Amino acid sequence: MHRTGSRGFFVFLVIFILFVIFLYGPIFSIVLLSFQGPDGGLTFPMNGVSFHWFGELWRGAGVVDIGSAFRRSLFLGFVVMILTVTLSVAAGLAFRRRFRGSELLFFTTIASLIVPSIVLSLGVALQFRLIDEIIKWFGEAFDIEKINYDFQTTLGMFTSGMGTQLTWTLPFGLLIMFAVFNRFDKSYEEAARDLGASQWQTLKEVVLPIIAPSIIGIGLFGFTLSYDELARSSQVMGATNTLPLELRGLTTTVTTPIIYALGTLTTLFSFLVIGIFFLGVWLLSRSRSKSKV
Amino acid sequence: MTKIFGYFEPKFSWLALPFAAVFFIFFVIPLFLTIIVSFWDYNDYSIIPDFIFDNYIYIFEGCFRLNTELCMTFKTYLSTLYFCFITWLITLILGFLLAYFLAFYVTSLPVQIALFLICTIPFWTSNVIRMVSWIPLLGRHGLVNDVLMQLGLIKAPVEWFLYSEFSVILALVHLYTLFMIVPIFNSMMRIDKSIIEGAYDAGANEIQILSNIIIPLCKPGIVIGSIFVITVVMGDFITIGIMGGQQLASIGKVINTEMNYLQLPGAAANAVILLLITIIIIITMTKFIDIRKEL
Repeated sequence: MHRTGSRGFFVFLVIFILFVIFLYGPIFSIVLLSFQGPDGGLTFPMNGVSFHWFGELWRGAGVVDIGSAFRRSLFLGFVVMILTVTLSVAAGLAFRRRFRGSELLFFTTIASLIVPSIVLSLGVALQFRLIDEIIKWFGEAFDIEKINYDFQTTLGMFTSGMGTQLTWTLPFGLLIMFAVFNRFDKSYEEAARDLGASQWQTLKEVVLPIIAPSIIGIGLFGFTLSYDELARSSQVMGATNTLPLELRGLTTTVTTPIIYALGTLTTLFSFLVIGIFFLGVWLLSRSRSKSKV
Repeated sequence: MTKIFGYFEPKFSWLALPFAAVFFIFFVIPLFLTIIVSFWDYNDYSIIPDFIFDNYIYIFEGCFRLNTELCMTFKTYLSTLYFCFITWLITLILGFLLAYFLAFYVTSLPVQIALFLICTIPFWTSNVIRMVSWIPLLGRHGLVNDVLMQLGLIKAPVEWFLYSEFSVILALVHLYTLFMIVPIFNSMMRIDKSIIEGAYDAGANEIQILSNIIIPLCKPGIVIGSIFVITVVMGDFITIGIMGGQQLASIGKVINTEMNYLQLPGAAANAVILLLITIIIIITMTKFIDIRKEL
């Protein structure tokens, strides 16, 4: 429709390029500044070039235990990813056919996506505090020593924290599944059935392989959204902090380029993860096109 | 509808159970509890089951007196709505232009996918770091001030680049324009190109095609993107906190502060009001479309 040589094209191209600079420019600047010399500050110009701030970060100078926060976030992200993939693919299959409550479940899922995060975070925190109260009351009422002496709280990374993150990752998973099945060619399934495949065989041998690249996509959303999640997690992680929570704390306390070094590393890590997922999709499609020949 | 709920698929409805359970436990029950607790009493140490309206009365204290200054609550909501409106307007215009470029000017599918991914990748990285990364650019001795001074455009560093309304809106646009691009782009890709060709052949110019064909057909995408951006800014407390230097008010920050002081029923009452306002905004907007048709 539009010829690429037209004047309009160049105007839009300029807008797009400016937007990309706007999108990536800031992160590029902190990557540069994380290599500040030892006397360098938070802003340009560069005062020498060094790995000083990465070294400081490695030694943990004055910074909370970032290493274990990273490991915690990594592990939580991994678990959330597995659950997001499993639950959304399962629900996606269920949603191919209308069932009792399907409308309500869809509505709830969308509502969960757009409810203000702080409201949800508060609600889950309240819920687990009330559970704590009940458990403590129970311990006192029946004089259970283990509860009375040892019990602290049910709020934690793999209870309230994980559940709250799932309310953020699962809607994306379900929407991706919807998009997949809207474009799904059912004749493959029917062919499998005509050839005598059982339901389970059709699912395993036909449906899942076809949607595999999208399943990898759901995994990408599951992991990265959990790994970077902050607003919903803010009240529900209990005694432990995830990496985003620590980072947010550091924005008010750290005044050296050490925070840029940290930002560079965690962004690099995110890019690495995104790269691995795309590599996965690429390898999958390549092996598939080979097997066709 | 029939595309999603086909009739030839095997019955797998029980597979949705674990999915539904997560939303029941971590979404439905917590929201109900929030509503219930908003009527409870509290002291310095604990929350006390009750049925009182004190938390709501406290929020609106002095709000309905005439001829006085606006109360804190109304001021906070006005400030939040202001951030919402400006962010919505900028992300809408920017998102529309970018989606338009991707959908109608980029003709090769691989290039389209590549450019789309370039816009999407930052969404999968840390929001906090994306905010922090503005500091070296906007600070008092930041790059922008330096360049402007070098050029002689300003004599002293501009103070309002960072920790101001400006930086909050800049960061919100930076973070959430994608929420507009994706649904609008999706709507645009569904437009039958032959309609546009036909209009061209019939002598319509670009403006006419835009206002009579593309914008009306993109309405669903525009509405979905708007709902996303507005709800995320309405409840925001992190961006406004970090980029506002903890100086600016938002309703999300009020809730967050009350939680830090363990004034949970007060926070719950504020959350209920925020939720109501958000729901009103969403219902008003969804009057225009049926979301599910758009996937």
